[in-house]
Amino acid sequence: MSMADVAAEKTGTVWRSRGGGRRSTRTLRLRTSAVLLTATVLAVLLVPPLVQLDQQAVDLAAKLQAPSLAHPFGTDDVGRDLLLRCVYGLRVSLLVGVAAALTATVVGTAVGAVAGALGGWVDRGVMRAVDTISSVPHLLLGIFIVAMFRPGVWPVVASVALTHWLSTARIVRAEVLSLRARPHIDAAVSGGASRWRVTVRHLLPGVLPQAALAAVLMVPHAMWHESALSFLGLGLPTHTASLGNLIQEARGSLLAGQWWPTLFPGLFIIVPTLAVAGLAGAWRERINPRRRSELML
Amino acid sequence: MLELHTVTAGYDRNAPVFRGVSLSVAPGEAVGLLGPSGCGKSTLARVAALLHRPDAGTLHLDGTPVRRWRHRAPRDQRTAFGVVFQQPRLSADPRLALADLIAEPLRATGRRDEAAGRIAELSATVGLTADLLARRPHEVSDGQLQRACLARALVLRPRWLVCDEMTAMLDASTTAALVRVVEEYRAATGAGLLAVGHDRVLLDRWCGRTVDWATLTASGTDPSTRNEQSPTG
Repeated sequence: MSMADVAAEKTGTVWRSRGGGRRSTRTLRLRTSAVLLTATVLAVLLVPPLVQLDQQAVDLAAKLQAPSLAHPFGTDDVGRDLLLRCVYGLRVSLLVGVAAALTATVVGTAVGAVAGALGGWVDRGVMRAVDTISSVPHLLLGIFIVAMFRPGVWPVVASVALTHWLSTARIVRAEVLSLRARPHIDAAVSGGASRWRVTVRHLLPGVLPQAALAAVLMVPHAMWHESALSFLGLGLPTHTASLGNLIQEARGSLLAGQWWPTLFPGLFIIVPTLAVAGLAGAWRERINPRRRSELML
Repeated sequence: MLELHTVTAGYDRNAPVFRGVSLSVAPGEAVGLLGPSGCGKSTLARVAALLHRPDAGTLHLDGTPVRRWRHRAPRDQRTAFGVVFQQPRLSADPRLALADLIAEPLRATGRRDEAAGRIAELSATVGLTADLLARRPHEVSDGQLQRACLARALVLRPRWLVCDEMTAMLDASTTAALVRVVEEYRAATGAGLLAVGHDRVLLDRWCGRTVDWATLTASGTDPSTRNEQSPTG
Protein backbone atom coordinates (compact mmCIF):
# COMPACT_ATOMS: atom_id res chain seq x y z
CA MET A 1 0.00 0.00 0.00
CA SER A 2 1.47 3.35 -0.98
CA MET A 3 1.75 6.33 1.32
CA ALA A 4 -1.09 8.08 -0.48
CA ASP A 5 -3.45 5.14 0.11
CA VAL A 6 -2.59 5.06 3.80
CA ALA A 7 -3.22 8.78 4.05
CA ALA A 8 -6.51 8.50 2.17
CA GLU A 9 -7.66 5.65 4.37
CA LYS A 10 -6.73 7.56 7.49
CA THR A 11 -8.56 10.72 6.55
CA GLY A 12 -11.52 8.59 5.45
CA THR A 13 -11.71 6.90 8.84
CA VAL A 14 -11.38 10.13 10.76
CA TRP A 15 -14.04 11.75 8.65
CA ARG A 16 -16.47 8.86 9.09
CA SER A 17 -15.99 8.49 12.81
CA ARG A 18 -16.35 12.24 13.40
CA GLY A 19 -19.26 13.06 11.13
CA GLY A 20 -21.12 9.75 10.80
CA GLY A 21 -24.17 10.24 12.99
CA ARG A 22 -24.49 13.92 12.39
CA ARG A 23 -24.11 13.49 8.66
CA SER A 24 -27.11 11.17 8.39
CA THR A 25 -29.38 13.57 10.33
CA ARG A 26 -28.07 16.34 8.11
CA THR A 27 -28.90 14.37 4.98
CA LEU A 28 -32.34 13.55 6.37
CA ARG A 29 -32.99 17.21 7.13
CA LEU A 30 -31.78 18.23 3.67
CA ARG A 31 -33.99 15.62 1.95
CA THR A 32 -37.06 16.40 4.04
CA SER A 33 -36.64 20.11 3.37
CA ALA A 34 -36.18 19.55 -0.36
CA VAL A 35 -39.25 17.29 -0.59
CA LEU A 36 -41.47 19.65 1.42
CA LEU A 37 -40.37 22.71 -0.53
CA THR A 38 -40.82 20.96 -3.88
CA ALA A 39 -44.30 19.79 -2.81
CA THR A 40 -45.22 23.32 -1.74
CA VAL A 41 -44.01 24.91 -4.96
CA LEU A 42 -45.67 22.23 -7.13
CA ALA A 43 -48.97 22.60 -5.26
CA VAL A 44 -48.89 26.33 -5.70
CA LEU A 45 -48.01 26.14 -9.39
CA LEU A 46 -50.16 23.18 -10.46
CA VAL A 47 -53.32 23.16 -8.38
CA PRO A 48 -54.93 26.40 -9.62
CA PRO A 49 -54.64 25.63 -13.38
CA LEU A 50 -55.34 21.88 -13.05
CA VAL A 51 -58.08 21.66 -10.45
CA GLN A 52 -61.33 23.08 -11.72
CA LEU A 53 -62.71 24.06 -8.34
CA ASP A 54 -63.68 27.53 -7.22
CA GLN A 55 -61.89 28.51 -4.02
CA GLN A 56 -64.52 31.21 -3.46
CA ALA A 57 -67.48 28.80 -3.81
CA VAL A 58 -69.74 29.42 -0.83
CA ASP A 59 -71.80 26.56 0.61
CA LEU A 60 -73.63 27.78 3.70
CA ALA A 61 -75.09 24.33 4.36
CA ALA A 62 -71.56 22.99 4.90
CA LYS A 63 -70.14 25.81 7.03
CA LEU A 64 -67.49 25.16 9.66
CA GLN A 65 -67.26 21.44 9.06
CA ALA A 66 -64.41 19.57 10.73
CA PRO A 67 -61.82 17.89 8.51
CA SER A 68 -63.36 14.97 6.59
CA LEU A 69 -62.71 13.05 3.39
CA ALA A 70 -64.70 15.55 1.33
CA HIS A 71 -62.91 18.52 2.93
CA PRO A 72 -59.51 17.31 4.30
CA PHE A 73 -58.86 20.66 6.04
CA GLY A 74 -62.51 21.32 6.86
CA THR A 75 -64.53 24.36 5.77
CA ASP A 76 -64.65 27.97 6.91
CA ASP A 77 -67.57 29.99 8.27
CA VAL A 78 -69.22 30.32 4.84
CA GLY A 79 -68.50 26.73 3.79
CA ARG A 80 -65.49 27.32 1.53
CA ASP A 81 -63.02 24.41 1.27
CA LEU A 82 -60.01 25.27 3.42
CA LEU A 83 -57.51 23.06 1.60
CA LEU A 84 -58.18 24.94 -1.61
CA ARG A 85 -58.16 28.29 0.21
CA CYS A 86 -54.83 27.42 1.85
CA VAL A 87 -53.22 26.51 -1.48
CA TYR A 88 -54.44 29.76 -3.04
CA GLY A 89 -53.33 31.65 0.05
CA LEU A 90 -49.91 30.09 -0.05
CA ARG A 91 -49.68 31.07 -3.70
CA VAL A 92 -50.24 34.73 -2.87
CA SER A 93 -47.97 34.61 0.18
CA LEU A 94 -45.14 32.91 -1.76
CA LEU A 95 -45.48 35.41 -4.59
CA VAL A 96 -45.21 38.27 -2.10
CA GLY A 97 -42.29 36.55 -0.33
CA VAL A 98 -40.28 35.86 -3.46
CA ALA A 99 -40.92 39.26 -5.04
CA ALA A 100 -40.11 41.13 -1.82
CA ALA A 101 -36.97 39.07 -1.17
CA LEU A 102 -35.70 39.61 -4.72
CA THR A 103 -36.37 43.35 -4.61
CA ALA A 104 -34.78 43.71 -1.18
CA THR A 105 -31.71 41.75 -2.26
CA VAL A 106 -31.19 43.75 -5.45
CA VAL A 107 -31.58 47.06 -3.60
CA GLY A 108 -29.44 45.91 -0.66
CA THR A 109 -26.68 44.53 -2.87
CA ALA A 110 -26.54 47.69 -4.96
CA VAL A 111 -26.42 49.98 -1.93
CA GLY A 112 -23.91 47.81 -0.05
CA ALA A 113 -21.66 47.43 -3.08
CA VAL A 114 -21.64 51.17 -3.78
CA ALA A 115 -20.87 52.00 -0.14
CA GLY A 116 -18.16 49.36 0.14
CA ALA A 117 -16.55 49.98 -3.24
CA LEU A 118 -16.45 53.77 -3.02
CA GLY A 119 -15.60 54.00 0.68
CA GLY A 120 -14.83 57.35 2.28
CA TRP A 121 -17.63 59.83 2.87
CA VAL A 122 -20.04 58.01 0.52
CA ASP A 123 -19.69 54.90 2.69
CA ARG A 124 -20.12 56.85 5.91
CA GLY A 125 -23.15 58.75 4.60
CA VAL A 126 -24.91 55.69 3.18
CA MET A 127 -24.32 53.52 6.22
CA ARG A 128 -25.54 56.24 8.62
CA ALA A 129 -28.70 56.47 6.48
CA VAL A 130 -29.06 52.68 6.77
CA ASP A 131 -28.65 52.93 10.57
CA THR A 132 -31.25 55.67 10.71
CA ILE A 133 -33.82 53.69 8.71
CA SER A 134 -33.23 50.53 10.72
CA SER A 135 -33.72 52.40 13.98
CA VAL A 136 -37.44 52.53 13.16
CA PRO A 137 -39.14 49.16 13.92
CA HIS A 138 -39.63 47.68 10.47
CA LEU A 139 -43.18 46.44 10.99
CA LEU A 140 -44.13 50.00 11.90
CA LEU A 141 -42.35 51.40 8.86
CA GLY A 142 -44.00 48.70 6.74
CA ILE A 143 -47.43 49.67 8.04
CA PHE A 144 -46.66 53.28 7.17
CA ILE A 145 -45.75 52.28 3.59
CA VAL A 146 -48.86 50.10 2.97
CA ALA A 147 -51.06 52.78 4.49
CA MET A 148 -50.05 55.14 1.68
CA PHE A 149 -51.55 52.89 -1.02
CA ARG A 150 -54.78 51.06 -1.73
CA PRO A 151 -54.69 47.47 -0.43
CA GLY A 152 -53.12 45.06 -2.92
CA VAL A 153 -50.23 42.71 -3.56
CA TRP A 154 -47.68 45.28 -4.77
CA PRO A 155 -47.96 47.73 -1.87
CA VAL A 156 -47.30 44.76 0.45
CA VAL A 157 -44.28 43.72 -1.65
CA ALA A 158 -42.98 47.30 -1.55
CA SER A 159 -43.59 47.54 2.19
CA VAL A 160 -41.65 44.36 2.95
CA ALA A 161 -38.88 44.99 0.39
CA LEU A 162 -38.26 48.59 1.41
CA THR A 163 -37.83 47.64 5.06
CA HIS A 164 -35.67 44.56 4.50
CA TRP A 165 -32.82 45.59 2.20
CA LEU A 166 -30.89 47.04 5.13
CA SER A 167 -29.42 43.80 6.47
CA THR A 168 -28.40 42.72 2.94
CA ALA A 169 -26.74 46.10 2.40
CA ARG A 170 -24.74 45.63 5.61
CA ILE A 171 -23.68 42.08 4.70
CA VAL A 172 -22.65 43.07 1.17
CA ARG A 173 -20.78 46.17 2.32
CA ALA A 174 -18.81 44.19 4.90
CA GLU A 175 -17.88 41.55 2.33
CA VAL A 176 -16.89 44.18 -0.23
CA LEU A 177 -14.72 45.98 2.32
CA SER A 178 -12.85 42.81 3.17
CA LEU A 179 -12.44 41.86 -0.50
CA ARG A 180 -11.31 45.37 -1.44
CA ALA A 181 -8.21 45.10 0.74
CA ARG A 182 -6.99 41.97 -1.08
CA PRO A 183 -3.99 42.22 -3.38
CA HIS A 184 -5.98 40.95 -6.36
CA ILE A 185 -7.92 44.20 -6.30
CA ASP A 186 -4.60 46.11 -6.23
CA ALA A 187 -3.56 44.05 -9.23
CA ALA A 188 -6.76 44.95 -11.08
CA VAL A 189 -6.28 48.67 -10.32
CA SER A 190 -2.71 48.48 -11.55
CA GLY A 191 -3.97 46.70 -14.67
CA GLY A 192 -6.03 49.78 -15.53
CA ALA A 193 -9.47 48.55 -14.43
CA SER A 194 -12.05 51.27 -13.79
CA ARG A 195 -13.94 51.46 -10.51
CA TRP A 196 -17.00 50.05 -12.26
CA ARG A 197 -15.07 47.11 -13.66
CA VAL A 198 -13.43 46.32 -10.33
CA THR A 199 -16.84 46.36 -8.65
CA VAL A 200 -18.71 44.34 -11.26
CA ARG A 201 -16.03 41.86 -12.22
CA HIS A 202 -14.03 41.35 -9.03
CA LEU A 203 -16.07 42.48 -6.02
CA LEU A 204 -19.68 41.54 -6.80
CA PRO A 205 -19.01 37.93 -7.86
CA GLY A 206 -17.28 37.50 -4.50
CA VAL A 207 -20.33 38.61 -2.51
CA LEU A 208 -23.02 36.91 -4.60
CA PRO A 209 -23.10 33.65 -2.61
CA GLN A 210 -23.72 35.62 0.60
CA ALA A 211 -26.34 37.82 -1.07
CA ALA A 212 -28.11 34.79 -2.54
CA LEU A 213 -28.20 33.09 0.85
CA ALA A 214 -29.64 36.25 2.39
CA ALA A 215 -32.28 36.37 -0.37
CA VAL A 216 -33.36 32.77 0.19
CA LEU A 217 -33.65 33.27 3.94
CA MET A 218 -35.67 36.40 3.34
CA VAL A 219 -38.45 34.57 1.45
CA PRO A 220 -40.05 32.99 4.56
CA HIS A 221 -39.38 36.15 6.54
CA ALA A 222 -41.25 38.19 3.93
CA MET A 223 -44.12 35.65 4.05
CA TRP A 224 -44.38 36.18 7.80
CA HIS A 225 -44.51 39.92 7.23
CA GLU A 226 -47.24 39.57 4.62
CA SER A 227 -49.24 37.44 7.09
CA ALA A 228 -48.68 39.93 9.87
CA LEU A 229 -49.84 42.85 7.73
CA SER A 230 -52.87 40.93 6.46
CA PHE A 231 -53.70 39.77 9.96
CA LEU A 232 -53.76 43.39 11.05
CA GLY A 233 -56.08 44.12 8.14
CA LEU A 234 -53.49 46.31 6.41
CA GLY A 235 -52.17 43.90 3.81
CA LEU A 236 -54.10 42.23 1.06
CA PRO A 237 -57.78 42.96 0.42
CA THR A 238 -59.92 40.67 2.61
CA HIS A 239 -61.46 38.73 -0.29
CA THR A 240 -58.00 37.60 -1.48
CA ALA A 241 -57.01 34.30 0.07
CA SER A 242 -53.65 34.88 1.75
CA LEU A 243 -52.40 32.98 4.76
CA GLY A 244 -52.62 36.08 6.96
CA ASN A 245 -56.18 36.80 5.81
CA LEU A 246 -57.25 33.19 6.43
CA ILE A 247 -55.98 33.29 10.01
CA GLN A 248 -57.53 36.70 10.57
CA GLU A 249 -60.96 35.52 9.33
CA ALA A 250 -60.81 32.37 11.47
CA ARG A 251 -60.13 34.12 14.78
CA GLY A 252 -63.82 34.14 15.75
CA SER A 253 -64.37 30.44 15.14
CA LEU A 254 -61.24 29.56 17.15
CA LEU A 255 -62.97 30.95 20.25
CA ALA A 256 -65.97 28.71 19.48
CA GLY A 257 -63.72 25.64 19.48
CA GLN A 258 -63.18 25.25 15.73
CA TRP A 259 -59.43 24.82 15.48
CA TRP A 260 -59.02 23.85 11.84
CA PRO A 261 -59.49 27.23 10.11
CA THR A 262 -56.49 28.68 11.99
CA LEU A 263 -54.29 25.60 12.35
CA PHE A 264 -53.93 24.70 8.67
CA PRO A 265 -53.03 28.19 7.33
CA GLY A 266 -50.57 28.41 10.25
CA LEU A 267 -48.95 25.14 9.23
CA PHE A 268 -48.76 26.43 5.66
CA ILE A 269 -46.60 29.29 6.93
CA ILE A 270 -44.41 27.16 9.18
CA VAL A 271 -43.67 24.27 6.83
CA PRO A 272 -42.14 26.30 3.96
CA THR A 273 -40.21 28.36 6.53
CA LEU A 274 -38.61 25.28 8.07
CA ALA A 275 -37.95 23.79 4.63
CA VAL A 276 -36.16 26.94 3.43
CA ALA A 277 -34.21 27.12 6.68
CA GLY A 278 -33.16 23.47 6.29
CA LEU A 279 -31.97 24.00 2.72
CA ALA A 280 -30.19 27.24 3.56
CA GLY A 281 -28.47 25.56 6.49
CA ALA A 282 -27.21 22.76 4.27
CA TRP A 283 -26.07 25.29 1.70
CA ARG A 284 -24.22 27.36 4.26
CA GLU A 285 -22.48 24.30 5.63
CA ARG A 286 -21.39 23.43 2.14
CA ILE A 287 -20.07 26.95 1.45
CA ASN A 288 -18.43 27.29 4.83
CA PRO A 289 -18.23 24.06 6.83
CA ARG A 290 -16.41 25.73 9.71
CA ARG A 291 -19.24 28.07 10.56
CA ARG A 292 -21.99 25.98 12.08
CA SER A 293 -23.87 28.85 13.60
CA GLU A 294 -27.62 28.78 13.91
CA LEU A 295 -29.61 30.43 11.18
CA MET A 296 -31.39 33.65 11.93
CA LEU A 297 -34.77 33.95 10.32
CA MET B 1 12.70 58.48 -13.81
CA LEU B 2 10.70 57.34 -10.79
CA GLU B 3 11.43 59.60 -7.84
CA LEU B 4 9.98 59.40 -4.34
CA HIS B 5 10.88 62.35 -2.18
CA THR B 6 10.44 62.43 1.64
CA VAL B 7 7.41 60.14 1.50
CA THR B 8 5.46 59.41 4.67
CA ALA B 9 2.84 56.68 4.43
CA GLY B 10 0.84 54.22 6.49
CA TYR B 11 -2.66 53.05 7.29
CA ASP B 12 -3.32 55.45 10.15
CA ARG B 13 -2.46 59.11 9.84
CA ASN B 14 -1.38 59.33 13.46
CA ALA B 15 0.97 56.36 13.24
CA PRO B 16 2.57 56.17 9.79
CA VAL B 17 4.49 53.03 8.91
CA PHE B 18 7.46 55.13 7.78
CA ARG B 19 8.39 58.80 7.49
CA GLY B 20 10.51 60.82 5.10
CA VAL B 21 11.72 58.09 2.75
CA SER B 22 13.39 59.10 -0.52
CA LEU B 23 14.24 56.72 -3.32
CA SER B 24 14.73 57.00 -7.06
CA VAL B 25 14.87 54.50 -9.89
CA ALA B 26 16.21 55.47 -13.32
CA PRO B 27 14.80 53.93 -16.52
CA GLY B 28 16.54 50.65 -17.18
CA GLU B 29 17.92 50.55 -13.64
CA ALA B 30 17.30 47.67 -11.24
CA VAL B 31 17.06 48.74 -7.62
CA GLY B 32 16.80 46.19 -4.85
CA LEU B 33 15.22 47.30 -1.59
CA LEU B 34 16.28 45.25 1.42
CA GLY B 35 14.60 45.36 4.77
CA PRO B 36 13.39 43.28 7.69
CA SER B 37 9.81 42.05 7.95
CA GLY B 38 7.25 44.69 8.91
CA CYS B 39 9.45 47.71 8.21
CA GLY B 40 7.17 49.18 5.55
CA LYS B 41 8.94 48.22 2.34
CA SER B 42 5.77 46.68 0.87
CA THR B 43 3.89 49.88 1.68
CA LEU B 44 6.62 51.84 -0.08
CA ALA B 45 6.28 49.53 -3.09
CA ARG B 46 2.51 50.17 -3.14
CA VAL B 47 3.09 53.93 -2.96
CA ALA B 48 5.60 53.70 -5.81
CA ALA B 49 3.12 51.72 -7.95
CA LEU B 50 0.41 54.37 -7.30
CA LEU B 51 -1.65 51.86 -5.28
CA HIS B 52 -1.45 53.60 -1.92
CA ARG B 53 -1.78 57.32 -1.32
CA PRO B 54 1.03 58.62 0.89
CA ASP B 55 0.26 60.97 3.79
CA ALA B 56 3.06 63.35 2.78
CA GLY B 57 5.89 63.67 0.28
CA THR B 58 6.00 63.76 -3.51
CA LEU B 59 6.31 61.23 -6.29
CA HIS B 60 7.57 62.24 -9.73
CA LEU B 61 7.02 59.95 -12.68
CA ASP B 62 9.26 60.91 -15.63
CA GLY B 63 9.37 64.46 -14.28
CA THR B 64 5.58 64.79 -13.83
CA PRO B 65 4.40 65.07 -10.24
CA VAL B 66 1.82 62.42 -9.36
CA ARG B 67 -1.14 63.89 -7.50
CA ARG B 68 -3.68 61.08 -7.63
CA TRP B 69 -3.53 57.47 -6.59
CA ARG B 70 -5.40 54.21 -7.28
CA HIS B 71 -8.54 54.74 -9.41
CA ARG B 72 -8.05 58.47 -9.46
CA ALA B 73 -4.67 58.16 -11.14
CA PRO B 74 -4.83 58.51 -14.94
CA ARG B 75 -4.98 55.09 -16.53
CA ASP B 76 -1.75 55.50 -18.51
CA GLN B 77 0.12 56.31 -15.29
CA ARG B 78 -1.34 53.32 -13.44
CA THR B 79 -0.63 50.91 -16.26
CA ALA B 80 2.94 52.17 -16.58
CA PHE B 81 3.60 49.86 -13.61
CA GLY B 82 3.60 46.11 -13.62
CA VAL B 83 3.24 44.84 -10.07
CA VAL B 84 3.96 41.35 -8.77
CA PHE B 85 2.94 40.66 -5.19
CA GLN B 86 4.30 38.34 -2.55
CA GLN B 87 1.38 35.95 -2.24
CA PRO B 88 0.10 34.71 -5.60
CA ARG B 89 -2.96 33.09 -3.93
CA LEU B 90 -4.20 36.45 -2.69
CA SER B 91 -3.24 38.43 -5.75
CA ALA B 92 -5.21 36.29 -8.19
CA ASP B 93 -8.98 36.54 -8.51
CA PRO B 94 -10.07 32.99 -7.54
CA ARG B 95 -12.78 32.90 -10.20
CA LEU B 96 -10.58 33.57 -13.23
CA ALA B 97 -8.75 30.83 -15.15
CA LEU B 98 -5.06 31.61 -15.59
CA ALA B 99 -5.58 32.67 -19.22
CA ASP B 100 -8.28 35.15 -18.14
CA LEU B 101 -6.08 36.31 -15.29
CA ILE B 102 -3.30 37.19 -17.74
CA ALA B 103 -5.67 38.79 -20.25
CA GLU B 104 -7.64 40.78 -17.63
CA PRO B 105 -5.58 44.02 -17.93
CA LEU B 106 -5.99 43.94 -21.74
CA ARG B 107 -9.75 43.53 -21.36
CA ALA B 108 -9.91 46.23 -18.69
CA THR B 109 -8.17 48.70 -21.00
CA GLY B 110 -10.29 47.87 -24.06
CA ARG B 111 -7.65 45.91 -25.96
CA ARG B 112 -9.26 42.48 -25.83
CA ASP B 113 -8.44 41.66 -29.46
CA GLU B 114 -4.75 41.50 -28.54
CA ALA B 115 -5.45 38.99 -25.76
CA ALA B 116 -5.02 35.70 -27.64
CA GLY B 117 -1.66 36.72 -29.10
CA ARG B 118 -0.28 38.12 -25.87
CA ILE B 119 -1.39 35.06 -23.84
CA ALA B 120 0.37 32.72 -26.26
CA GLU B 121 3.51 34.85 -26.22
CA LEU B 122 3.67 35.35 -22.45
CA SER B 123 2.75 31.81 -21.45
CA ALA B 124 5.70 30.61 -23.51
CA THR B 125 7.93 33.23 -21.83
CA VAL B 126 6.96 32.37 -18.26
CA GLY B 127 6.59 28.64 -18.93
CA LEU B 128 2.89 27.87 -18.62
CA THR B 129 1.35 25.09 -20.71
CA ALA B 130 -2.08 25.29 -22.37
CA ASP B 131 -3.39 22.80 -19.81
CA LEU B 132 -2.39 25.11 -16.93
CA LEU B 133 -3.86 28.18 -18.64
CA ALA B 134 -7.32 26.60 -18.53
CA ARG B 135 -7.14 25.94 -14.79
CA ARG B 136 -8.25 28.20 -12.00
CA PRO B 137 -5.93 29.44 -9.23
CA HIS B 138 -6.86 26.73 -6.71
CA GLU B 139 -5.91 24.04 -9.22
CA VAL B 140 -2.28 25.11 -9.68
CA SER B 141 0.75 25.40 -7.41
CA ASP B 142 2.06 28.65 -5.92
CA GLY B 143 4.93 28.67 -8.38
CA GLN B 144 2.67 28.20 -11.39
CA LEU B 145 0.30 30.86 -10.13
CA GLN B 146 3.15 33.31 -9.58
CA ARG B 147 4.25 32.70 -13.18
CA ALA B 148 0.76 33.70 -14.29
CA CYS B 149 0.87 36.78 -12.03
CA LEU B 150 4.18 37.80 -13.59
CA ALA B 151 2.69 37.33 -17.06
CA ARG B 152 -0.24 39.53 -16.01
CA ALA B 153 2.19 42.21 -14.80
CA LEU B 154 3.97 42.17 -18.17
CA VAL B 155 0.91 42.00 -20.43
CA LEU B 156 0.50 45.76 -20.83
CA ARG B 157 4.28 46.21 -21.45
CA PRO B 158 4.89 48.43 -18.40
CA ARG B 159 7.80 50.85 -18.21
CA TRP B 160 8.31 50.08 -14.53
CA LEU B 161 8.21 46.79 -12.68
CA VAL B 162 7.56 46.59 -8.97
CA CYS B 163 8.26 43.14 -7.54
CA ASP B 164 7.24 42.95 -3.89
CA GLU B 165 8.90 39.83 -2.44
CA MET B 166 7.98 38.14 -5.71
CA THR B 167 9.96 34.99 -4.95
CA ALA B 168 9.61 34.76 -1.17
CA MET B 169 7.34 31.71 -1.30
CA LEU B 170 9.00 29.90 -4.18
CA ASP B 171 11.72 27.28 -4.60
CA ALA B 172 15.12 28.08 -6.07
CA SER B 173 14.45 26.92 -9.62
CA THR B 174 11.17 28.84 -9.94
CA THR B 175 12.87 31.88 -8.42
CA ALA B 176 15.64 31.64 -11.03
CA ALA B 177 13.11 31.21 -13.84
CA LEU B 178 11.01 34.22 -12.79
CA VAL B 179 14.04 36.46 -12.29
CA ARG B 180 15.27 35.45 -15.74
CA VAL B 181 11.90 36.39 -17.29
CA VAL B 182 12.03 39.81 -15.61
CA GLU B 183 15.61 40.39 -16.74
CA GLU B 184 14.85 39.36 -20.34
CA TYR B 185 11.90 41.73 -20.37
CA ARG B 186 14.04 44.56 -19.01
CA ALA B 187 16.82 43.87 -21.51
CA ALA B 188 14.28 44.00 -24.35
CA THR B 189 12.33 47.07 -23.25
CA GLY B 190 14.61 49.05 -20.94
CA ALA B 191 12.08 49.03 -18.10
CA GLY B 192 13.11 50.10 -14.62
CA LEU B 193 12.77 47.68 -11.69
CA LEU B 194 12.11 48.09 -8.00
CA ALA B 195 12.57 44.70 -6.35
CA VAL B 196 11.62 44.48 -2.69
CA GLY B 197 12.90 41.62 -0.60
CA HIS B 198 14.76 40.41 2.46
CA ASP B 199 17.16 38.05 0.68
CA ARG B 200 20.41 40.01 0.29
CA VAL B 201 22.13 37.35 -1.81
CA LEU B 202 19.29 37.26 -4.34
CA LEU B 203 18.90 41.04 -4.58
CA ASP B 204 22.68 41.58 -4.91
CA ARG B 205 22.81 39.11 -7.81
CA TRP B 206 19.64 40.42 -9.42
CA CYS B 207 19.85 44.21 -9.08
CA GLY B 208 22.43 46.76 -10.14
CA ARG B 209 22.01 48.68 -6.90
CA THR B 210 20.79 47.39 -3.56
CA VAL B 211 19.47 49.83 -0.98
CA ASP B 212 19.15 48.95 2.66
CA TRP B 213 15.92 50.16 4.28
CA ALA B 214 17.90 51.43 7.28
CA THR B 215 19.85 53.88 5.09
CA LEU B 216 16.64 55.25 3.54
CA THR B 217 15.04 56.06 6.85
CA ALA B 218 18.08 56.85 8.99
CA SER B 219 17.42 60.58 8.67
CA GLY B 220 13.69 60.59 9.27
CA THR B 221 12.22 57.62 11.06
CA ASP B 222 11.83 57.06 14.70
CA PRO B 223 12.08 53.26 15.05
CA SER B 224 9.47 53.27 17.81
CA THR B 225 6.74 54.20 15.29
CA ARG B 226 7.33 51.10 13.19
CA ASN B 227 4.14 49.25 12.67
CA GLU B 228 4.92 45.62 13.34
CA GLN B 229 1.47 44.51 12.25
CA SER B 230 1.39 46.15 8.88
CA PRO B 231 -1.05 44.08 6.82
CA THR B 232 1.22 43.87 3.80
CA GLY B 233 4.35 42.93 5.72
